[in-house]
Amino acid sequence: MTAYTPHDWIDVGAVEDVPLRGARVVHTASGDIAVFRTGEGKIFALRDRCPHKNGPLSQGIVHDDGVTCPLHNWVIDLATGQARGADVGCTGVIPVRAERGRIHLGVAALAGRVA
Amino acid sequence: MSPKLVVIGNGMAAGRVLEHLTDDAPEAYQITVFGAEPRVNYNRILLSPVLSGEKTFDEIVTHDDAWYAARSIDLLKGKEIVAIDRAAKTVQAKDGSVTPYDKLLVATGSLPFIVPVPGKDLPGVVAYRDLDDVNTMLAAAQHGGSAVVVGGGLLGLEAAAGLKMRGMDVTVLHLMPTLMERQLDPAAGHLLKKAMEARGIRVITKANTHAIVGDGKVEAVRLDDGTEIPADIVVMAVGIRPNSGLAKAAGLEVGRGLKVDDHMVTSDPDVLAVGECAEHRGQCYGLVAPLFEMAKVVAAQLNGDTSAAYTGSVTSTKLKVTGVDLFSAGDFAEGEDREEIVLRDAARGIYKRLVLQDDRIIGAVMYGETADGGWFLDLLRKATCIADMRDTLIFGQGYVGGAALDPMAAVAALPDEAEICGCNGVCKGKITSTITAKGLTTLDGVRAHTKASASCGSCTGLVEQLMSLTLGDQFNRAAVQPMCACTELGHDDVRRLIIAKDLKTIPAVMQELEWKTSCGCAKCRPALNYYLLAAWPGEYVDDNQSRFINERVHANIQKDGTYSVVPRMWGGITNPRELRAIADVADKFAIPTVKVTGGQRIDLLGVKKQDLPAVWADLNAAGMVSGHAYGKALRTVKTCVGTDWCRFGTQDSTGLGIRIEKFMWGSWTPAKVKMAVSGCPRNCAEATCKDVGVICVDSGYDIHFAGAAGLDIKGTEVLTHVDTEDEALAVIVALTQLYREQARYLERIYKWTKRVGIESIRAAVVDDLERRQALFDRFVYSQKFAQVDPWAERVAGAEAHEFRPMAHFEPREAAE
Repeated sequence: MTAYTPHDWIDVGAVEDVPLRGARVVHTASGDIAVFRTGEGKIFALRDRCPHKNGPLSQGIVHDDGVTCPLHNWVIDLATGQARGADVGCTGVIPVRAERGRIHLGVAALAGRVA
Repeated sequence: MSPKLVVIGNGMAAGRVLEHLTDDAPEAYQITVFGAEPRVNYNRILLSPVLSGEKTFDEIVTHDDAWYAARSIDLLKGKEIVAIDRAAKTVQAKDGSVTPYDKLLVATGSLPFIVPVPGKDLPGVVAYRDLDDVNTMLAAAQHGGSAVVVGGGLLGLEAAAGLKMRGMDVTVLHLMPTLMERQLDPAAGHLLKKAMEARGIRVITKANTHAIVGDGKVEAVRLDDGTEIPADIVVMAVGIRPNSGLAKAAGLEVGRGLKVDDHMVTSDPDVLAVGECAEHRGQCYGLVAPLFEMAKVVAAQLNGDTSAAYTGSVTSTKLKVTGVDLFSAGDFAEGEDREEIVLRDAARGIYKRLVLQDDRIIGAVMYGETADGGWFLDLLRKATCIADMRDTLIFGQGYVGGAALDPMAAVAALPDEAEICGCNGVCKGKITSTITAKGLTTLDGVRAHTKASASCGSCTGLVEQLMSLTLGDQFNRAAVQPMCACTELGHDDVRRLIIAKDLKTIPAVMQELEWKTSCGCAKCRPALNYYLLAAWPGEYVDDNQSRFINERVHANIQKDGTYSVVPRMWGGITNPRELRAIADVADKFAIPTVKVTGGQRIDLLGVKKQDLPAVWADLNAAGMVSGHAYGKALRTVKTCVGTDWCRFGTQDSTGLGIRIEKFMWGSWTPAKVKMAVSGCPRNCAEATCKDVGVICVDSGYDIHFAGAAGLDIKGTEVLTHVDTEDEALAVIVALTQLYREQARYLERIYKWTKRVGIESIRAAVVDDLERRQALFDRFVYSQKFAQVDPWAERVAGAEAHEFRPMAHFEPREAAE
């Protein structure tokens, strides 16, 4: 278990830990974060809650830069957290970056929620 | 009483005569048709797509029983005529029956030419002429193995491509130095050889077959140079000859074929001939377009229009091997007074050659890009002077006048008499005027009324463009519902193309079929994953990321993000040990809800995702496996207690249910499949609202299907009655496999049935025992790779990342 340390970015794991066109969950005290890796290898992170009925977006199908929620098929844009199409709603975007094969989440976002 | 017309032969030419005749003068004749084949009339030129799996036989039927019945035509299937008595004006069938005629139409077609080498009669040597030949080839392909095709012409190459697609090792033997030398020049023949080899087909040219060897059946083909090529099947596709023996025996004038004049009348004024058996002005034809032209004349003659005349045909050839575009027409031998224009684009694999004489096109060969074939053929037929457009002629119609036209403008620019459909001789004016006159808005409508694009289908694009031009916005080309927003293609096209183009991965499908998105969407990806899985069992690697979460983690997601777990209970039977294990699991993992389902098993609801592998491990330990309650797959086979306990039970319904479930579990299907077996017509297992249901009766088993009890409520249809449990299993498995191969993703059995028709399903799995067996075998093969308990796999560590969070952060600071 990785301990929480107060840096700007925290390492949550290797890029390869997340399947292409897939997602993994990071548990935090303030709720789950879904870390996505697209078919092109881009990394995104969102609160793991669909704005519709709180469906776990990490369990959805990842396509392009979007994810389809497993509960009722809302499509959420991974970059903006906004629902696509006719649906309206927004999921919190977590700052994320990939460096030297490692994924880092923005601490401020985490800490803000934790505190 | 109207005069009697007897037609010998029920092929494409005869069918077309009957169409014209009964359309124009429905009451003119009492018609009797003798067909040697035991089936209705079908489009013989589409046998290759049937062989390759791109079409089913039902899709190529041109005239079904109802068609003959509606026109009061007496069709005698499987009844071969063995003699014509012209003096008595009668024909005699093999069974001795004699039928009188006033007018006789001979449409006996052609016979395949079998190379007269030792071993030609061995079992395993087939021609490529009719559906029986195709079925023989398909049966051979079931077992893989090797095929040798003798003959590198049109038919031989189509057969080779089809057998290759069916998984055989294929070698083509061709006597001449290049393939299709009668239609192609050596350069195009070379490109074609390369294209065949790229498909994994071995091509040996200048190959002289010496003998077919084997002990009791075909084992190999020996060439003149001593080379032996192993073969489980040998397809003879070296040519055809007119089938005119019957006519000759009747004293009719016969050359290579049965001689006819321009009115299609033979040396006997009451006997006409049509099609491949006929010889007209010294020519015999083996292509469909001339047959149809002849048919028009025959029908007119029979209707008393003696002015109608056939004057011969200029034919063109298209190879029906998907992915190989090839067109040839006319004469392209080199000669003193001939010139040629050649375009080569090796990088794009394009080769075009026009042979000119006196500023007129006399021959055209196109490989790789054939869109202008129709235009060249039109110029050739009309002997149009091309001097003015010679500079750009080879680039096609789009460049005439200097600037490139878009395809639509090119079609708009065609004259009304330009031929659009070569098979049926339908010109542009006929199509546009029929669209307007009949108010047609669909492709099927145009096909029905004009026949354009109704035979080989290669002009479909042109016909659609004409419809667009004529109808404007009224024409909705997408009468086919696209799979999703990522493509214009419908589910059926995608399924067909996956097989036809040999596409084996989702990226390959998206690339080849020009997907509009970079990696699909949640609608198309699971569908493609299923189609690939169904098309290439054992070969395609399941793409977990393209599966809905339930199938990815083998449990059902619930509204709060927890999962439900349903172990299999074969036929709904359980025991104290299993029940104890379930109870223990529920206790150990604090599973909040334990529920009995409608499918006779137990559902554990509210399991945390990370607990899933441990829950499965405990259930596995008690001998239980995944119930696939989450899958587009076989769910349950519900049963009653049958003869085991019930005083009314007629058969062992529980035993049959368990047998079916054990045989079929694990198979992925287009949508969920629920089955049931009831031991008597009281139907306690509620089999008559299931996807497949069996009602046991004293005399055996009534097999029902296509029921629904969800969004729609629908009682089942009766598929058939069988006498034994084995047969019941065979029919159910074949039915399921047909459904797996034909249905669109998420289409339940009742919806698929409504779409394709009960009759076509019954024909495949009840009437046609060979087809039933083939379907059964394919299901069994795919089960080899499907019957793996996904729970045990994951307990053993597969996809472990799915069940573990990537990281876990304690709120240490906040707590401090």
